[in-house]
Amino acid sequence: MDRDKDKPALERQIEENLRRVYQQNMEEDVPDRFKQLLSKLKSQDARFSEQDNGK
Amino acid sequence: MTAADAPTIQDPRDELVEHLPALRAFALSLTRNRASADDLVQDAIVKAWQNMDKFKPGTNLRAWLFTILRNLFYSSRRKSKREVQDSDGAMMATLSEKPEHDGRLAMADFETAFAKLNDEQREALILVGASGFSYEEAADMCGVAMGTIKSRVNRGRARLVELLDLKEDEALELTDKSTMAVVTSRILPNKDFG
Repeated sequence: MDRDKDKPALERQIEENLRRVYQQNMEEDVPDRFKQLLSKLKSQDARFSEQDNGK
Repeated sequence: MTAADAPTIQDPRDELVEHLPALRAFALSLTRNRASADDLVQDAIVKAWQNMDKFKPGTNLRAWLFTILRNLFYSSRRKSKREVQDSDGAMMATLSEKPEHDGRLAMADFETAFAKLNDEQREALILVGASGFSYEEAADMCGVAMGTIKSRVNRGRARLVELLDLKEDEALELTDKSTMAVVTSRILPNKDFG
């Protein structure tokens, strides 16, 4: 994947900035609401499969 | 029902948490508003959870999640076109405070320009330029031809060059400034819709 070398400087420049913006957003802490949501979904599933064991 | 009993079969539901930061970054680039982005991520997770039987094991889970998220975004945009357009103004207002540092200025300039692109161009640039998906994957995710993605990327890039008034020989200088920006700047929080 050396395609970057052939790109004009401007194109590379823009991609670098895009990656930075994206990376900055990726590095943010994920709010607790999402962990709570996932564990809520999980416990709902668990309850559901207990009731519905034969399936 | 302990996980240790089945070490080889990983439930994709357990992997969702690893994709949260990427989902949020993608959602933020689409909505440009933190509260809307998090609502969008929440809806996407619930939808993914409920439809997990449709996910093909061994395929790219992140691409599948991104597809769900962007489909939700575009269907809600159709419902509330005016509200989404207004987020542009909110972003601009936030970024208009004067940055004290050259690096911050370069980064803020880039983000301001990026926010001016249309949703489809931003999406294509983030998928291909920042998240590392191939044109083919991005085309699949967006449900369009590969040529359409390529043209969105090219047009988005051309628009950024125009908005930032970039010239070929200035590109390297901006790189140094942006490197500083990584160290010194944080993403500015958006204002909520008024």
